[in-house]
Amino acid sequence: MKNTSAKPLGLGAKRTPSGSLQAWLPRLVLAPSVAISLFFVYGFMLWTFVLSLTSSRMLPSYNFVGFGQYARLMANERWWVASTNLMIFGVLFVLICLVIGAFLAILLDQKIRQEGALRTIYLYPMALSFIVTGVVWKWLLNPQLGIQAMVQSWGFESFRFDWIVDPDMAIYTLVIAAVWQASGFVMALFLAGLRGIDDSIVKAAQLDGASLPRIYWRVVMPCLRPVVFSAVMILAHIAIKSFDLVVALTGGGPGYATDLPATFMYAHAFTRAQIGLGSASAMLMLGGVLAILIPYLYSELRSRKHG
Amino acid sequence: MLTFKKTTLALALAGATLATAAHANDVEVLHWWTSGGEARAANVLKELMEAEGYGWQDFAVAGGGGETAMTVLKSRAMSGNPPSAAQIKGPEIQEWGELGLLGDLNEVADAEGWDELLPEVVADIMRYDDQYVAVPVNVHRVNWLWANPAVLEAAGVEMPTTLDEFFAAGEAIREAGYVPLAHGGQAWQDATVFESVVLGGQGSEFYQQALVELDPEALGGEQMVAALEDFKRTRGLMDEGMSGRDWNIATAMVIEGTAGMQLMGDWAKGEFTAAGLTAGEDYLCAAAPGAADAFTFNIDSLAMFRVTSENEREAQQVLARLVLEPTFQEAFNLAKGSIPARPDLDMSEFDSCAQQSLADFQRTAEEGGLVPSMAHGMAVRADVQGAIFDVVTNYFNDANMPAEEAAQRMVRAAQAAAF
Repeated sequence: MKNTSAKPLGLGAKRTPSGSLQAWLPRLVLAPSVAISLFFVYGFMLWTFVLSLTSSRMLPSYNFVGFGQYARLMANERWWVASTNLMIFGVLFVLICLVIGAFLAILLDQKIRQEGALRTIYLYPMALSFIVTGVVWKWLLNPQLGIQAMVQSWGFESFRFDWIVDPDMAIYTLVIAAVWQASGFVMALFLAGLRGIDDSIVKAAQLDGASLPRIYWRVVMPCLRPVVFSAVMILAHIAIKSFDLVVALTGGGPGYATDLPATFMYAHAFTRAQIGLGSASAMLMLGGVLAILIPYLYSELRSRKHG
Repeated sequence: MLTFKKTTLALALAGATLATAAHANDVEVLHWWTSGGEARAANVLKELMEAEGYGWQDFAVAGGGGETAMTVLKSRAMSGNPPSAAQIKGPEIQEWGELGLLGDLNEVADAEGWDELLPEVVADIMRYDDQYVAVPVNVHRVNWLWANPAVLEAAGVEMPTTLDEFFAAGEAIREAGYVPLAHGGQAWQDATVFESVVLGGQGSEFYQQALVELDPEALGGEQMVAALEDFKRTRGLMDEGMSGRDWNIATAMVIEGTAGMQLMGDWAKGEFTAAGLTAGEDYLCAAAPGAADAFTFNIDSLAMFRVTSENEREAQQVLARLVLEPTFQEAFNLAKGSIPARPDLDMSEFDSCAQQSLADFQRTAEEGGLVPSMAHGMAVRADVQGAIFDVVTNYFNDANMPAEEAAQRMVRAAQAAAF
């Protein structure tokens, strides 16, 4: 492309130097940002890894203790609470978002009136920051201000909905708030996917006499596999990085019942003067992200080659 | 156009040079006194410094507990450019000292006779390696019980002085239809109540052994189990909406009369004062039940960083001297709600709670009931404190954990954090 575009301009005499400049220009332009991201992203990842091998407390130190911090982390009850919470939160959040998102998208896809307005309403929560979502749900779930108090004031005195103050149930309040926030976005992804499906396939299925649910289940949904895949990717990494929602909704409480790895990492590295331990937990989080990302990249790159 | 640019450049350069010239006599102070009363209080120090002919570069970083400020300070220190003074407190002073970053204040300490002026427990915290490296700004008392007299009257109870009276009063207040104890379910608030109950039920000697010296026998022993059981009983006096509530919202419950009492440090007084209430009439203060002869302190202090230039060093010494002088101590603590760090001041300007606080401070300093607050980072290092917080808050919120198990976890927490 580069060489052919140079030819019609009639720069025949200067072709060789200009051609090499044109070949180098994109690399030159990109070089600073590549260097910066190599340094600030991958360099700092490496630095975090190095720190996780040291006994750093308040400031980084280079007193290496091998994998001692990882051993401490494994022995830490709070880390296990945080990891278990991430499993519960991550799985429920992704699944429920997919189900609700797909369901809403299919409903919206029925050529209804006011579709644009409805779409905006469903998508709106995504425009809010997790902090706002957290605070709003914190009030709604507060047994003395929110839903419980409201239903009780209607006369149902025995109604109880106090999950947010119950250490065993509080993690599910995070799921509720996060699903509320993200399922509209998943709906938008699915809707775009649905609109991208070739009408003729659906028509053919209709001609064959398939019912509407059957068409969606056997014909449309299989076509949406890439959409499901991207949605899972995005939701899973939102789940792993979740920090602001926890801070605003429960503050990690009651106790540390709703701690997630990200809040664990922040607490230990920045407020408890245990940079070594915090780095170790950050590395394990990175491991979690990579475990999702690598299969994704692999499948993406492979399918491109075949395509 | 070009000349205009040149002039601007020249002016900017001149400005920069002037700034550097002025810099030598400046102190740069990192602090998180950013709320209304606090900022006014910090301004007093600024004016005093300027009156002595020194510049004051304010380096205020907002954020209540100073977490953000500490993060900023760490990054400044790592890049080799720490401010000349910073608000650092408790055992953290020792950690900074170990890093070799603090400069000494012995000159001014000797000249002003700090050894005689400050109680031994307080002076110890200000020293690293027997050198004064920090100067105390104020003293907060943590083991306070605040109460709404109208609620107490409605329930027909007096201000409780022992833990038994406290629980009995709580029941009476509940029956009268109020929340007995206002509380916010955050780890540090749980720990604040916990340490007051430990102190009230088991005394300051045990407190010292367990929560300051981290003696495993005390931490895992019967007394700790008893204290933990008392602590769990306080939960029965709280309302179920407490989870994640901020401390000042809890104080507001006492102010509005929906709740009877609150166990909280004397910064709560700022809320009462802001609501226009008078100590002793509209609200009551007393030592936390059972802990009248003990005093858990939380001291703000300014630590001085090692500086190279002689001018800057001189400015630091002046700053340290001014901080402990009566003018600043009085003005600052009146605005902040705490009491002066030097016990020899005239307290007639202060309210009755502060007067009682200072009297107790002096008395306990002599009798030995003066102990550092674990919940507010005065007793143990941040990592141990964090591990204890985890145990305390987990036990408090877990309906099924026996006190014995929590005590065992407490022992492990004290050990696990050490690396």
